[in-house]
Amino acid sequence: MELQIDRKAIDRCRELAVEIASPVHAFIEQHSTVSVERSVLRLLGVDGVDADGVPVPNLIIDALDEPELARGAALAFGRVLAKTGLEPRVAGEQIANGMLALSDFASVATEAARKAVVTHTRRGLERIRATRAERTALLKRLPQMPPPLLYIIVASGNIYEDRSAAVAAAEAGAQIIAVIRSTGQSLLDFVPYGPTTEGFGGTYATQANFAIMREALDEVSERLGRYMMLTNYASGLCMPEIAVMAALERLDMLLNDSMYGILFRDINMKRTFVDQHFSRRLNAASGIIINTGEDNYLTTADAVEQAPAVLASQFINEEFAHRAGMPDEQIGLGDAYEIDPNLEDGFLFEVAQAQLARQAFPNAPLKYMPPTKHMTGDIFKGHLIDAMFNLTSVMTKQTIHLCGILTEAIHTPFLGDRALSLENARYIMNTARHFGDDIVPKKGGRIERRAQEVLDECTSLLERVSVLGLMQAIEAGVFADVRRSPNGGRGFDGVFKRAPDYWNPFDELLS
Amino acid sequence: MSDPIKPYGDTLNDGKVQLSFTLPAEWSEAADEAARQLVAKMGFADVQVAEGRAIAQGYSFFVVYASTMQSVDFDSIAAPSMKTRAMSMDEIDLLISERLGRKIRVAGACIGTDAHTVGIDAILNMKGYQGDPGLERYKMFETFNLGSQVSPEDFVRFAKENRIDALLASQVVTQKGSDVKTFTALVELLEAEGMRDAIVLCAGGPRMTGLLATELGYDAGFGRGTLPSEVAAFIATRMAK
Repeated sequence: MELQIDRKAIDRCRELAVEIASPVHAFIEQHSTVSVERSVLRLLGVDGVDADGVPVPNLIIDALDEPELARGAALAFGRVLAKTGLEPRVAGEQIANGMLALSDFASVATEAARKAVVTHTRRGLERIRATRAERTALLKRLPQMPPPLLYIIVASGNIYEDRSAAVAAAEAGAQIIAVIRSTGQSLLDFVPYGPTTEGFGGTYATQANFAIMREALDEVSERLGRYMMLTNYASGLCMPEIAVMAALERLDMLLNDSMYGILFRDINMKRTFVDQHFSRRLNAASGIIINTGEDNYLTTADAVEQAPAVLASQFINEEFAHRAGMPDEQIGLGDAYEIDPNLEDGFLFEVAQAQLARQAFPNAPLKYMPPTKHMTGDIFKGHLIDAMFNLTSVMTKQTIHLCGILTEAIHTPFLGDRALSLENARYIMNTARHFGDDIVPKKGGRIERRAQEVLDECTSLLERVSVLGLMQAIEAGVFADVRRSPNGGRGFDGVFKRAPDYWNPFDELLS
Repeated sequence: MSDPIKPYGDTLNDGKVQLSFTLPAEWSEAADEAARQLVAKMGFADVQVAEGRAIAQGYSFFVVYASTMQSVDFDSIAAPSMKTRAMSMDEIDLLISERLGRKIRVAGACIGTDAHTVGIDAILNMKGYQGDPGLERYKMFETFNLGSQVSPEDFVRFAKENRIDALLASQVVTQKGSDVKTFTALVELLEAEGMRDAIVLCAGGPRMTGLLATELGYDAGFGRGTLPSEVAAFIATRMAK
């Protein structure tokens, strides 16, 4: 299936995205954040918590005064490593328990500090690359079923219950498992530690929980003869830290959006822009596919009206990802099936939007989200809407397919709900596997006209944003009718200007 | 006094219901029989296991039809509806301007850790829901949408500083009772501040009912499918009293 749409308009949108991202990128390059610095420490091997459960990376960053932090945490921590010869993890623990004080090492020469850090930086990156190679080998030996890859969410709050649900979903045909995070984790300015068994509406993202799920999925992958992917969320105030943990524990995908936190979680925009950049550089290195969050525009406002904003955000997300060194194959741009089921020809609009994204981003593993907004307690109707969503997905060759669940809006899915959802998707995708290849949309028909209309409106929206500037556009409420000020929102106090001698060892080695 | 009623399949009083569930057991014919016996133990008669199959290793799924012996006396049912008589936007605006002579100040938020703003946005935002405009569109409401993850403390402080007449607290997450705790905390804070009586307090969310809201100490509760005009009419008539 191929829509006859204006290719020049698509090129124009890309040019505009470059213009929009450039000034923000200049800002990013001059700044860092507490979460970027904490993730540098984690990459060096710092981990663990103190007696009160405060993570060691947070304790170290909090112990640095402003001028020291502005030079990057690596330098201050490197002085300790150079002088003591300790492993980063041990040095971190000794700082946490008060045996060592960063301030006692101020006299250690910068060169020695850098040298001590570089050894561990190389080791950290080697671990990430080895993990990536392991994934590549597994995917070769245990190939996935063809896309759309069926993506299932587990969210009990208890990682061990999640594990059972994930294994059952894999057996029922799921190819990707996402562990939804506990509500509110995105607003925590630290990453919780250890295996967790309690959460609200989801399970805390911790490195230990990542490892527990990875192990279970590796086991079931071997049994089923196909590789099971694992997903979590690099969003909120700890974006880059989650990216580190995910790289180390071989997650395969991460939710990671350049603007989602700003618009929908009221996280400061400067914090978000700086954090998303470093987290994406890590994702680029670890081979993790990012999933962007454009579906949220559609769940919070009218899906027909917001269609151009979705496309515009996809172009912006793509540009920021490119600037972080991500290839198209790792950029899972988001979209969703959220048009009111009562709208006449709503299905045609959905096909137009999904196919437009497919043609605008031919190499991107598009992430397609299921209906949620118009799902009610009527599970029978919900199951039907999900079927139409499944059909759209297979027709337009979406890559990452979040399975819609008939009990959406009632409860977090039961084990049986997930199985029914997977059966629905497998049935539709099998029975209509090559439908999209065999149909030609009517020239100038409803689908084509709708796609062109969305593309045109997206172009004017991007024109407007490029004139205003991205930060000012967000302030003016251009995206999702949400207004955020450049210095407002959560986490702004964790943004700082880099000193002239700022040093992030991974910046150099990732380039 | 009318007769007690039963579920209706295709004949009055046949009591037919459909059930579906998962058992943590490998599927076999014995699993079908286990499902049948389980439903019989629930008190159902004429149990038919229409479908039984494996859905994962160690789990089976069933669709069952059965008849219930139970019935319910409809006339004895009391479930208060918070939805007043249907009123249009103009009628509501007129009622407020005639009885109060000033705008009603309404603040809404997703409280606690909840970040699902779809419901509260539908009630407050200009656009509204299903063609029914949100409170922001009304001439006689001054609205404040505080967004997501607002703590009860911040919500009460905002109400105090901004002389709010009506608070709309929304939550959807229902796991482990955390939402109930947050709803209760809001009422208690308002009482502690001596503000409870002066404020129209509404709870919202897909699982909210009038009954639950009353139990929690709210003036009204609005569940799934609520139209903005229903909330508007409740606030206006309550304030006009």
